[in-house]
Amino acid sequence: MAEIAANARNDPEAAAATRRYFWNRFLVYAVLTLFAVIYLAPLLVVVFNSLREQSDIARNGLISLPRSFRLDAWAQAWGTYCVSGTCEGMKRNFFNSLWMTIPATLISTLLGAMNGYVLSKWRFKGSEILFNLMLLGVFMPGQISLMPWAFLLGKLGLTNSTYGLVLIHVVQGVSFTTLFCRNFYVSIPDDLIKAARIDGAGFWRIFRKIILPLSPPILIVTVIWQFTGIWNEYLFGVVFTSGQQQPITAALVALTAGGTTARAYDVMSAAVLIGALPPLLIYLFGGKYFVRGLTQGAIK
Amino acid sequence: MSALMIRDLHKSYGGLEILAGINLEARTGEFVALVGPSGCGKSTLLAMIAGLETVTSGEIWIGDRLVNSVQPKDRDIAMVFQSYALYPTMTVRQNITFGMESRGVPKAEQAEAVKRVAALLQIEQLLNRKPGQLSGGQRQRVAMGRALVRDPKLFLFDEPLSNLDAKLRVDMRTEIKKLHHRVGKTTVYVTHDQVEAMTLASRIAVMNQGSVQQFDTPKRIYDRPTNMFVAGFMGSPAMNFIPARLTGSTSISVRAADGSDATLALAAPLPTGAPKDVVLGVRPEHIYRFTADLKSRKPAVQPLQAPVELVEPTGAETLAVLRLGDLEITGRFEPDDAPVMGETITLGIDMSRACLFDPATRALL
Repeated sequence: MAEIAANARNDPEAAAATRRYFWNRFLVYAVLTLFAVIYLAPLLVVVFNSLREQSDIARNGLISLPRSFRLDAWAQAWGTYCVSGTCEGMKRNFFNSLWMTIPATLISTLLGAMNGYVLSKWRFKGSEILFNLMLLGVFMPGQISLMPWAFLLGKLGLTNSTYGLVLIHVVQGVSFTTLFCRNFYVSIPDDLIKAARIDGAGFWRIFRKIILPLSPPILIVTVIWQFTGIWNEYLFGVVFTSGQQQPITAALVALTAGGTTARAYDVMSAAVLIGALPPLLIYLFGGKYFVRGLTQGAIK
Repeated sequence: MSALMIRDLHKSYGGLEILAGINLEARTGEFVALVGPSGCGKSTLLAMIAGLETVTSGEIWIGDRLVNSVQPKDRDIAMVFQSYALYPTMTVRQNITFGMESRGVPKAEQAEAVKRVAALLQIEQLLNRKPGQLSGGQRQRVAMGRALVRDPKLFLFDEPLSNLDAKLRVDMRTEIKKLHHRVGKTTVYVTHDQVEAMTLASRIAVMNQGSVQQFDTPKRIYDRPTNMFVAGFMGSPAMNFIPARLTGSTSISVRAADGSDATLALAAPLPTGAPKDVVLGVRPEHIYRFTADLKSRKPAVQPLQAPVELVEPTGAETLAVLRLGDLEITGRFEPDDAPVMGETITLGIDMSRACLFDPATRALL
């Protein structure tokens, strides 16, 4: 390194190249930083406001550096803030979301894995057509199925319940999980399945002993995808549940639409952050596996 | 008794015919090679024997059982795949025991079987490794171990050596031969490499375009190929095909380099009804430098003049490209006695080893 630097000092051409390199880098980082700031600024505003006193917000406006620091808003948002008469904060809705998201994620992922296994390794007449029909679900907006779901949930007696939402998210999610798993399993050599069949393993044993052990990369992808998707989903939550049954995304709207009293921006900010935390954590800890799982094949 | 019997087997996908009436049988303990160019249907045939492909029509018998609709696991077979198909998440030991576990063989018996096979293939030190940590040759051994541990009626090999480098391939070929000698199991071996087929098999089925062209011992296939496809496919460098005209019942003429006709006496008279135009098939090693001494040792040798266009020494032998009319033929010579480039040599063609074909039907006359 020292040698290169010394050369650069003596050689005008090399020095120019070094300068060019430096400015190029500078430009790249400047642009990246600018966009990072643009994207992160709203988050920062919300984090600040959740920690400021209400009077500080009222005096200095929403967008301003904090001049006070307290965690009261978080405690209120979590457990005591009153929304339309009940003073329980977001706690109940947070757990609603959790009890909706976890089973819906696990069931839809497992179904996707099994569908993918069948559609890639046990093809039958018409299996490609079936797969293409399932793909349709990927492109279908949720609004289209609102009416059918309303009808079905009514028939099943699952309106205004977390179970109903679990059912919706499992069914709505299966297209995606099937697509992910099927495309991943296609890269597993068919010879493995043939060898296992000669070895005497059947459909389920091959799935459990050969396919599933190869699946962690894609299962991580589908779990992350499903978890964030279902957690952040709003439409079904707000349409099919109300009050204490609502998932947190729907409840947040009820909180902000609180009408008569002065707006408690500090509590709202904290509540929004509570609602955003699980997907954020998943992204922070699982993000790199997400990219890896999507880009790598089954067999290294 | 036949360990494997195939009768008039057909396979088609939609309207596309892959196999057009295959008849084959393998006696108990026999090593049968299926050889042919890619797309000839040999791998499909093997998959059908294994039960991995359905039968369109015809019969497959393993031992005394018609297995057309028997599941692969119940056919009493073991198969080695070209890709080895080792289960990537399992150790070598688990790979070998997977089949026994699926069948519910007791643990103690499994351990005993693994020990026996590992010793046979010398893979004891690899048992706790994953396939990803093995070299190509080691994977090959494990794949064979997985097949051997079953003690099946029939071994099926699907191009097991084609993923190995040249040297390892020759080593493993020898090992497979030794192994077959020791274990003595009926084996069906698919390959596109005619040398593998020649060296390993007790009988070879040469396939092309979905049908068996010839099914015979390696020697018969090499010496008396039933048609020009078999003749051209088996042997490297390939047999020379020289257009010729019948000039009598025991002589033919070929076009020499200078455009004149050279007459060659046949070793045996042709059957009556043979066409006027024929194709003379001569293997490179049956072309010699003509000498009086050669003529006295091999009376069927016929002289023929040819300029030498190119010489390729390989060490053990020297190949020479020779001009004959407007075609080039290849001769195989002793390095010490090899022609030099530019020389015009008098060849001695051993007519007792030559084959004559009908150019219209491409069949042996």
